Amino acid sequence: MRDTIDKLTTPHSDIVNTVVNPKSTGKIPKGLTLLSVLIIAGMLALILSNVIYHGLGAISWDFLTLPPQNGMEGGGIFPAIFGTAALVILMTIAVVPIGVLTAIYLQEYTRPTSLVTRVIRMAINNLAGVPSIVFGLFGLGFFVGFIGHGIDKIFYSGTRPVWGQPAIIWAALTMALLTLPVVIVSTEEALKAIPREIKEASYALGATKLQTIMKIIVPQALPGILTGAILAVNRGAGEVAPIMFTGAAYYLPYLPTKLNDQFMEMGYHIYVMATQSPNIEATKPILYGTVLVLLTLTLLLNFVAIYIRSNIRRRRIHA
Amino acid sequence: MLKQSEKEMMVSHSIDSMGESVKLDSLSQQSSSLKMTIRNLNFYYGKNQVLFDISLDVKENKVTALIGPSGCGKSTFLRTLNRMNDTIPDTRMEGKIKLDGVDIYKKVKNASMLRTRVGMIFQKSNPFPKSIFDNVAYGLRVNGVNKKHIVAEAVEETLKRAYLWEEVKDKLNKSAYTLSGGQQQRLCIARALVVQPEVVLMDEPASALDPTSTIKIEDLIGELKKNYTIVIVTHNMQQAARISDTTAFFYEGKLIEVGKTKKIFTKPDKKKTEDYITGRFG
Repeated sequence: MRDTIDKLTTPHSDIVNTVVNPKSTGKIPKGLTLLSVLIIAGMLALILSNVIYHGLGAISWDFLTLPPQNGMEGGGIFPAIFGTAALVILMTIAVVPIGVLTAIYLQEYTRPTSLVTRVIRMAINNLAGVPSIVFGLFGLGFFVGFIGHGIDKIFYSGTRPVWGQPAIIWAALTMALLTLPVVIVSTEEALKAIPREIKEASYALGATKLQTIMKIIVPQALPGILTGAILAVNRGAGEVAPIMFTGAAYYLPYLPTKLNDQFMEMGYHIYVMATQSPNIEATKPILYGTVLVLLTLTLLLNFVAIYIRSNIRRRRIHA
Repeated sequence: MLKQSEKEMMVSHSIDSMGESVKLDSLSQQSSSLKMTIRNLNFYYGKNQVLFDISLDVKENKVTALIGPSGCGKSTFLRTLNRMNDTIPDTRMEGKIKLDGVDIYKKVKNASMLRTRVGMIFQKSNPFPKSIFDNVAYGLRVNGVNKKHIVAEAVEETLKRAYLWEEVKDKLNKSAYTLSGGQQQRLCIARALVVQPEVVLMDEPASALDPTSTIKIEDLIGELKKNYTIVIVTHNMQQAARISDTTAFFYEGKLIEVGKTKKIFTKPDKKKTEDYITGRFG
């Protein structure tokens, strides 16, 4: 018995030396983690370099400002850029207020342990896990079919659908639904991070709950809310499935100017060109070019978000 | 003068009508009027009772110190006086707390109205992430005072009263976080004073400060009691002895003894109080 203990505790015993060499223990985990990082970085570099290599040649002023021509084998992608921007803006207008108000309700007005809160939170988590194509079908059924068609029935007597058809507003609302969890979760995180003492200081000065939320809590949480909005925009700009049935068009000769117009979108444009084109070689440069533009816009948006956020933080500390 | 006697009548009336069983010796000793009266206060966090049948008087323009070991309920008690515990879910309170004879739980509908009369300073200085000026102005703005020159005047006057004006007058637009810990706490005091409360509650206001800053805060408290009624929770018994007129000793959620500070620190009636004062526990 004593022997075994000695063996186990003495660094020079055979057991210790054969089972684990203390000097080498640090290297394996470090190597493994480094390997993972390299794989990820390598993949990213591969994708980016491939896109840039093939896509850069397609980028020109005409490419960014002209509509597609010759059955999508030439011309530019301006309608898709415009449509993506319009979609994302409409989506943001819909998702940010609802998401922020939900997060405020969950954080400030309910007890975290109450049944209501737990059910709502579970619903939000489930919402985040629903495949995006399901959102697309839901949008078609609910927004286009139920709401749009309902509006038509009540306000319009004609046979042609006015609102009861795929349109940018329905696509934006479907996308808003999809990105809602992102906004709620990041706003909630920001609200959670606000120290209780600061809220109490506000209450102690005779501020009401609403005043405290408006003047202390929301301004403090603004960077987090912005992060949520940007994440939602990033997600929304890249999703195709939710808009396929609810508003995105294969090709449109005009730009969307009304909420019930259809629209072109970059992600959908990429999908269409990759799967529907009869002449793959001719569309390939356009395809790569579109991907490059989409990626650049997304990255740009990220940088803008980071800049705004750090700016707000800096202003707060050094005001 | 008339107002004063009216107040006293109102207070004595309210105490008579309560018919409380406990005869408080502080009542017979003092001559100044009572600002707040607490009767038979019980307090619960969920099912867990943390305050037991506490009755205490807070005298106007005096400093009342609450002492006792950690977890004895003195902070919880303090927070019942401006209904701060209302903001914590799952809490329950029984008993009566009156401010100038008016029940602050039953008769004051709006806790935020009460809190403009009963201000609070916290243990850790907690300035808002705003400028020095906006920190002080906040209390005015949330209470509907928005005229620029009135706000500016009040902010200056209050900062002077908190002896902070000279240190900050050139950087009112700088973030409050640029101030030192002691200055931040004095800023928080100024912030609380700007709404002109009648009672100021202080929850260990100097516990996180260095000795110099502590002395400044204590001097400030001595100055403030001319105009305000102060209730202060402190761990530091020398501090209680230095600055307070009345001392109340809490232990395990009960009020063990209350009386004039001099008496509590020299000839306490209860063994428990003596043990705590002399440092035998706590």
